[in-house]
Amino acid sequence: MIAIHNLIKTYSGKTVLNIGHLEIQKGNSFGLVGNNGAGKTTLFSALLDLIQPTSGYIENNSVKVHESEAWKATTAAFIDETFLIGYLTAEEYFYFIGELRGQNKADVDALLFGFEDFFHGEILGQKKYLRDLSKGNQKKVGIIAALIGNPEVIVLDEPFANLDPTTQIRLKKIIKELSADPEVTVLVSSHDLMHVTEVCERIVVLDKGEVVKDLATSQETLKELEAHFNK
Amino acid sequence: MFRHFFVLQWKSFWRSASLTSGLFMKLFMGFWALWFAFMFALGGVAVFELIKEQFNLDPLETINRFLIYWWVFDLIFRYALQKMPVINIKPLLILPFPKNRIVSFAFGKTIFSFFNIIHAFFFIPFSIILIINGYSAMNVLLWNFGLIALIYSNNFLNIILNKKDNLIFFTGSIFAILGGLHYLGYFDITLYTGPFFQGLYDLPILIFIPIITWVLLVSVSFKSFVKDLYLDAGLAAKSKDVKTENLDWLDRFGKTATFLKNDIKLIKRNKRARSTVLVSILFLFYGLLFFTGAIDAYQGPVWTIFAAIFVTGGFLLSFGQFVPSWDSAYYPLMMSQNIKYKEYLSSKWWLMVIATLISTILASGYLYFGWEVYSAILVASIYNIGVNSHVVLWAGAYVKTPIDLTSNKKAFGDKQAFNTKTLLLSLPKMALPMLLYAIGYYAHSPYAGYALVAVAGVAGFAFKDKVFDKIENIYKSEKYKTISAYKQKN
Repeated sequence: MIAIHNLIKTYSGKTVLNIGHLEIQKGNSFGLVGNNGAGKTTLFSALLDLIQPTSGYIENNSVKVHESEAWKATTAAFIDETFLIGYLTAEEYFYFIGELRGQNKADVDALLFGFEDFFHGEILGQKKYLRDLSKGNQKKVGIIAALIGNPEVIVLDEPFANLDPTTQIRLKKIIKELSADPEVTVLVSSHDLMHVTEVCERIVVLDKGEVVKDLATSQETLKELEAHFNK
Repeated sequence: MFRHFFVLQWKSFWRSASLTSGLFMKLFMGFWALWFAFMFALGGVAVFELIKEQFNLDPLETINRFLIYWWVFDLIFRYALQKMPVINIKPLLILPFPKNRIVSFAFGKTIFSFFNIIHAFFFIPFSIILIINGYSAMNVLLWNFGLIALIYSNNFLNIILNKKDNLIFFTGSIFAILGGLHYLGYFDITLYTGPFFQGLYDLPILIFIPIITWVLLVSVSFKSFVKDLYLDAGLAAKSKDVKTENLDWLDRFGKTATFLKNDIKLIKRNKRARSTVLVSILFLFYGLLFFTGAIDAYQGPVWTIFAAIFVTGGFLLSFGQFVPSWDSAYYPLMMSQNIKYKEYLSSKWWLMVIATLISTILASGYLYFGWEVYSAILVASIYNIGVNSHVVLWAGAYVKTPIDLTSNKKAFGDKQAFNTKTLLLSLPKMALPMLLYAIGYYAHSPYAGYALVAVAGVAGFAFKDKVFDKIENIYKSEKYKTISAYKQKN
């Protein structure tokens, strides 16, 4: 379970994030939507302890993220290209992440085998460093790397952006499968309302750093979201 | 239209994230530029008398004989040092600027380059003295114009050569061979080129040769640049086929191996990191300046240790000072993984230790200068491994300059770390072993000095865990600052 308590982040006097209380249940698939500057990436960065909140704190699995690093063993994320190591090939990168997460090569290979569809033959055995892959292919690598080592919390920032339609559909399937596992919590942010409503059981709308809507996904959710953003 | 480019340049300089350190570097470079200008001017004034009085030769003819080497060295120096005209071209491509304008501006910038101006400092005083000494003013002037055209031909030749990787080595080696043949007395190229340069003075009509060359080179380079202004041509990033590497044999290093494998790939696959290896090779030869007695100021006994520290520690100093900046591009990844800082650090430590050991073995060439010199190298190696390896890592923890691995630009003289903490920490790296050696040397004998330094080095091992703990704490307390500093791209 992830719990956010009175989280405030200000940059030179301007509040970019202000969340009083928010809990994300274990096994949930959680979607975060909001316009540019709403604070989605800031929230995820704070959850990963990459930025320091001005006040308040986040608990991940009852561990305060800024006090202990115990959450790292069970949490994986792909935020942006700073999560990739540009001078490695895709295989080398997967094995490196695998080693950090206590998985040997066979484990990693087994996992990758399940995603050959998703890679569409453009990732493995490419004779290219990650820095020379296209943005979309880099994203595929980052997303799958975040699944190595059976993490219990998976954070994906804008996973659908830059992906081609086929891959988007496959990614939706992957996320749905992950969230079917009661042990796995998936956190996804997106600008695409259709995608989030399709894969997430719960959707929170951020606006200027504050939670303005908190919806359990139903038939009407998409319409409600569209109405909200069409104001 | 040029005003726009100018404003863009101006803003990109003043608004760059690393302005203050960039400014410092600019001042530093400015100092060297002035120094060179001064030396060239001095040479221009003095060379006439020197050739006339010392060698009883005609100054102009002598200079003309060697001008071919001057010209070739100019080209090689340019190739190595002159930056290519780069403006942020991509966003301009679709704006209503004619492509010719973009290239003209980029080329125009190079006209005022230091590498073009510097020659004037030599040739103007030299020409004035020629005229004072009765050489025909008109012909001297034409000779100068010819040279200016040749210098600017170099400017554009360099632009063309820079696009083709191997041409310069070809040119360079041809002239190395010619120079060697000249030196050994088999073949003297200057006998053939000298008359040409002399001709620029004697026969005014010859001036058309350099001028036509220059115009040709300008139009060739201009055309090739305009033609290459496409994302998939000149502006494309080059990528080669690469292989996935295993490096499984490193697994015997246990947990550290995970990072060690990565670090080795880091060094092999990134220009910037590779150049630290180059630097360490250069430092291997640094000792020659001291041990051959080439420079008088370096003859004091303590300088032996100073040199030895650099000879064995070239890699350690140049690589270690940028830990953890080497990993700056993916620092957020590292910080969100379950990483033991100790394993991460000890991988870097092992790399430095291995490099120091290799340097020490390679430095055995210094045995030529006697056992005493090599003992200095051995104790310096011990000190480097025992003390300096920890100190550089410690100092590195305060460095928050992101490193662009793929570019080699700032490899020499990076604006790194001119903060007080790293400056203070550099004291024990150099000064302490020199001091220890001096104490032993003056109190007893050179060997007592060596012993003191070696003991300090061995004692340093004892503090390894302590220092690593300390660095770990710095990493932790500076974590957020470091992440946000690494986000700042230059």
